[in-house]
Amino acid sequence: MPEDFDESKLAAAFEQLPRLLADDLNLVRRGAFFDAQFQVGIGAIPFDVVVAAGKIASLERGPFVMRSWRFAVRGTAEAWHKLWQPVPDPGWHDLSALVKRGSTLLEGDLQPLMANLQYVKDLLALPRRLNVEKR
Amino acid sequence: MMAATLEPIVGRYVTLQLGGRSHRVYFEEAGQGIPLVCLHTAGADGRQFRHLMVDDEVTSHFRILTFDMPWHGKSLPPQGWEKEEYRLTTAGYTEMIVAFCRALELDRPVVMGCSIGGRIVLSLAIEHASLFRALIGLEAADFQSPWYDTTWLNRPDVHGGEVCAALVSGLIAPQSPEETRHETLWMYKQGGPGVFKGDLYFYRVDGDLRGKVGAIDTNTCPLYLLTGEYDFSCSPDDTSRTAEKIKGAEVTIMREVGHFPMSENPRQFRRYILPVLEKIRTTP
Repeated sequence: MPEDFDESKLAAAFEQLPRLLADDLNLVRRGAFFDAQFQVGIGAIPFDVVVAAGKIASLERGPFVMRSWRFAVRGTAEAWHKLWQPVPDPGWHDLSALVKRGSTLLEGDLQPLMANLQYVKDLLALPRRLNVEKR
Repeated sequence: MMAATLEPIVGRYVTLQLGGRSHRVYFEEAGQGIPLVCLHTAGADGRQFRHLMVDDEVTSHFRILTFDMPWHGKSLPPQGWEKEEYRLTTAGYTEMIVAFCRALELDRPVVMGCSIGGRIVLSLAIEHASLFRALIGLEAADFQSPWYDTTWLNRPDVHGGEVCAALVSGLIAPQSPEETRHETLWMYKQGGPGVFKGDLYFYRVDGDLRGKVGAIDTNTCPLYLLTGEYDFSCSPDDTSRTAEKIKGAEVTIMREVGHFPMSENPRQFRRYILPVLEKIRTTP
């Protein structure tokens, strides 16, 4: 039987990104030269993320009408649920693994993403800490 | 005054003629006994095996040797490198390994390679089995599906070292210790421009062994394949699919390990590799 993944709970976890990032000064430091506006899809729920000098300048939940973005990272609810487990299973443990298996799509101009790949991977993995805190 | 703590690893340089050109190749060795030549992954260098090289249980029976491929680590590119694009080929890689073993007069060495090193081990098993006592492929398969576009690895608007490390970081298991995880990534951050990309030419274009591995005769040379469960580049399924076509190949799937077993989690790796080395040592 397919598992049920609650998009709204996952989106609520993602909305905590500003606090989670503010608690990680080393990640902020590593993003010092990163400025971008990008979209993150948590299942069918889109988020508009603006990062300035490695800090979250704004995080807004969609839907949006005619919102511009440089790149987008759109994952299924299952992908985010499994990526954010305290110890993710093999094949669900990394953004590139999710892309390879087809449960996450990268869209748009990937240059800012690739130039800051570790930062973005670590940023998008931050909600895992909420699950670690729960344990 | 306290005595300095010296590791048993010794490094030297050897000059090899490869593709008709002279190459100054750096290698390290430790231990004594059966020669065990270790081949590093694409875009990295021989330091990946430094933990194995100070493991008394291995070095008491094996003479471990690891060389930095030309263009990698402390081995320089050949003279005139600035006028060409680096590309590793099956023929060039094979020539390099055979030339290194001959130059050091190694008698039927064991060769253990990881990733591209695991792929070339399969090629050695097809073409040169009689030269080796045993072959070990870590994260090895006859072919793997690409999971990123290699043009991102060498272009002026993306830092090469950072993007190489960021891509391969996901191939490390979440259980691997922070210290060895980041040591593994450091080598990728240090690679020369375009070198990782050039190695992947062999991996993705020139070294496709699909349809060829069935010719491997494990009676001539035993073949061991070990793959980490968190490796999504060369997955356990890729290795198992390959091994199904090779009669007598022994497969081990390593738990809580990714694509760089010897460097990302040396403690976990030795649990799996020690029994293999013991078997090789005690088999006449």
